[in-house]
Amino acid sequence: MNSSTTATRRQNVPHTSMFVRMLLRAAVMRRGRAASALVAMVVAAAVATAMLNLYIDVQAKLRKEFRNYGANVVVVGHDGQQLSSDALQNVNSVIAGHGLAVPFAYVVARTSDGQSVVVAGTDFEQVKRLDSWWSVTAWPAGASDALVGVRAANVVSPHGEAFDLSFQGKTIHLQSAGTLRTGASEDSRVYLPLQQFENWTGVQPSTIEIAATGSPEEVNSVIAKLSQAVPASEVRPVRQIMEGEARVLGKTRATLLAAAGLIILTSALCVLSTLIGWVLDRRRDFAIMKALGASERLISGFFAAEAAALGAVGALLGFTIGIGVAAWIGRVNFHAPVIPRFNVLPPIFVGSVAVALVAAVIPMSLLRRVAPAVILRGE
Amino acid sequence: MFVRLVYESFRRQKRRKMLAAVAITLGVAVATAMIAVATDIGDKISRELRSYGANLVVTPQEDTLDLQIGGVDLKPPSDGAYLNEADLPKIRGTFWHHNIVGFAPMLPVQTSLDGKNATLLGTYFSKQLAFGKEEFVTGVRITHPWWKVQGTWPDDNSSDVLLGETLAARQGEHVGGTIVLGNGSHRVTGILSTGGPEDNQIVAPLSLAQQVVGKPGAVRRLYVSALTKPEDALARRDPKSMTAEMYDRWYCSPYVQSIAFQLQEAIPHSHAEQIRQVAQNEGTVLSRIKGLMLLVTLASLLASALAVSAAMATAIFERRTEVGLMKALGAGNVAIAALFFVEAALLALMAGSVGFAGGMVLARQIGKSIFDSQIAIEPVLFPIVLALAVVVTFAGSAFAIRRAVKFDPVYALRGEG
Repeated sequence: MNSSTTATRRQNVPHTSMFVRMLLRAAVMRRGRAASALVAMVVAAAVATAMLNLYIDVQAKLRKEFRNYGANVVVVGHDGQQLSSDALQNVNSVIAGHGLAVPFAYVVARTSDGQSVVVAGTDFEQVKRLDSWWSVTAWPAGASDALVGVRAANVVSPHGEAFDLSFQGKTIHLQSAGTLRTGASEDSRVYLPLQQFENWTGVQPSTIEIAATGSPEEVNSVIAKLSQAVPASEVRPVRQIMEGEARVLGKTRATLLAAAGLIILTSALCVLSTLIGWVLDRRRDFAIMKALGASERLISGFFAAEAAALGAVGALLGFTIGIGVAAWIGRVNFHAPVIPRFNVLPPIFVGSVAVALVAAVIPMSLLRRVAPAVILRGE
Repeated sequence: MFVRLVYESFRRQKRRKMLAAVAITLGVAVATAMIAVATDIGDKISRELRSYGANLVVTPQEDTLDLQIGGVDLKPPSDGAYLNEADLPKIRGTFWHHNIVGFAPMLPVQTSLDGKNATLLGTYFSKQLAFGKEEFVTGVRITHPWWKVQGTWPDDNSSDVLLGETLAARQGEHVGGTIVLGNGSHRVTGILSTGGPEDNQIVAPLSLAQQVVGKPGAVRRLYVSALTKPEDALARRDPKSMTAEMYDRWYCSPYVQSIAFQLQEAIPHSHAEQIRQVAQNEGTVLSRIKGLMLLVTLASLLASALAVSAAMATAIFERRTEVGLMKALGAGNVAIAALFFVEAALLALMAGSVGFAGGMVLARQIGKSIFDSQIAIEPVLFPIVLALAVVVTFAGSAFAIRRAVKFDPVYALRGEG
């Protein structure tokens, strides 16, 4: 009774489901070998995903580090003239959050004993972010607080006392809030809050330093837009910063690409050797199927489908793990997670399936030449 | 008998071992190349970072304040102190002179061009200097690699000049023209583009600027480009407060601070300071890139190890019949395992040596094509890489050997694996 129902059920089941059942059975029954092949596949796909993801994202990560070098674009008035009063506003609307713009105004003032010193007015909150390398003992907080360069400090306020500066007959009384050390011309200057500076001298900013984020093309388009947005000015890239960045970034990416290529190659080899072993290991299945009358096309199709399924599952699992690894590397090294790039998935998927298929085809062509009887006899 | 078994197995079953040998060779090659690249990347990137220009500046000790706005020097030439040009080659005599990539003196002077004020900047382009018997070349072409000249660079011993591109456009001057300065006419050999204040200046050999200002041997500032080690806690300490031993360690490390200190020692009456914009950021960028390459190298080692293990496992798994036969003939588990391990070790040593050679070639290719310079491979790497290859091969084989040994010889011989 029971056996007859099974028989009718078997008759009703279409031919294709036998194929699927064999696939599933093969995976479940020979768990050990299938698992080791799958592990190899997953690891390879994970490593490849992590490397490709890192390769794509490292540019953005390193660019962020390179922005610490400060401004890569400067807007200056023609021949050192003051910029129009809405210049900063125009600049900010052009860069629209993709960067930082800091105004600087300069005059040469006199100290109380008649020495010349360059005084600059700027926005301290922005400078702090733009010029992170400034070594400052204490940032000014009050309106009459000044930030004094270490060399200027020797002249205007050697002991940190309050001092007077005069410009075109107008004198201002300033507190020395802290000293500034950069190793460049900033060391010889006195920095004031811009508002205070303008009230005292009546001079508007003549320079706007901009740290524009993005690729060289994006920065160049910002430069083009700025020259239109700010009339009577010169907009120029800081070549020192831009070229250095392009160079170092290019070399790093090239090294990473070479490394990624090598790693993916070795992982592919790993998968290949494991899968070849896996298929060779099943030569008895092959022989039995052949002995039972399966056509070579069917058997090839069966092994190929098995390999492809393995490749596909391995690629998906590996992709997930690889994204995690890339994020971890980003967190450890750059203190910011690497953003998952889903456009890496198609090449990983196609590559994994292709490697799996190749790994199935090689042993198949070896087995095809052997008569099933020889295999079944265990020779 | 054991030796003969190993020998015969090696001689006869070449095809079966091919895959494992290829995997080990490739794995070792990749590991060698990646280790070589990772150990050398710091040095290579730090040289690339020199394209940001000088990281140290030397000024006269008793100097008055700079009056510089937008790169235009407003300080009268009579004002302030100068360094002596004759002291400059002494830089080659400092402890870390191998780390000093180049230096360039600067002497800005005010002059008039067609009745208008103009700044003339005297410097070295690529000047031949000698310290003792050692000859070397230095100048802005090394320290300021972003300076681009359309035309040719002037000779350092001539009185030819470069014109900044903005100034040249305003004056309508072209390459090959002549300009008249206070002391005579000068040929313009090229138009200079820097993206900085020099675009608006005349740049000339140092001796010409000294003639114009009438101060032979005078140098206002000296820019030094040096390879440095990222700053750490020791670097930031004041050398005066250090113990003798600590001081020695500080002095003998290429920190930007200790190089600045040594420059001050070499050049009398000078003050050397790090240019923080360049020096401080260098360390961060360098450590990020080095960290990245370290992690990538770990990933490559992992991938190589897996490839080798997988190939070994496959190779051994295929030989179950052989194991069955040996067991049926009375071989003990230990003997069989020993046979496989010796074979694996031989394979690892042979394929590892080939792989190491391949890795060297690979590293050299990477160095040449990416950095235009050799990547040095430490010979000490060879035994380390070989030992690693043997360990990984063993580890990869261990599981497969255990399974092969445990396998019932009856099944193996009947072919029911």
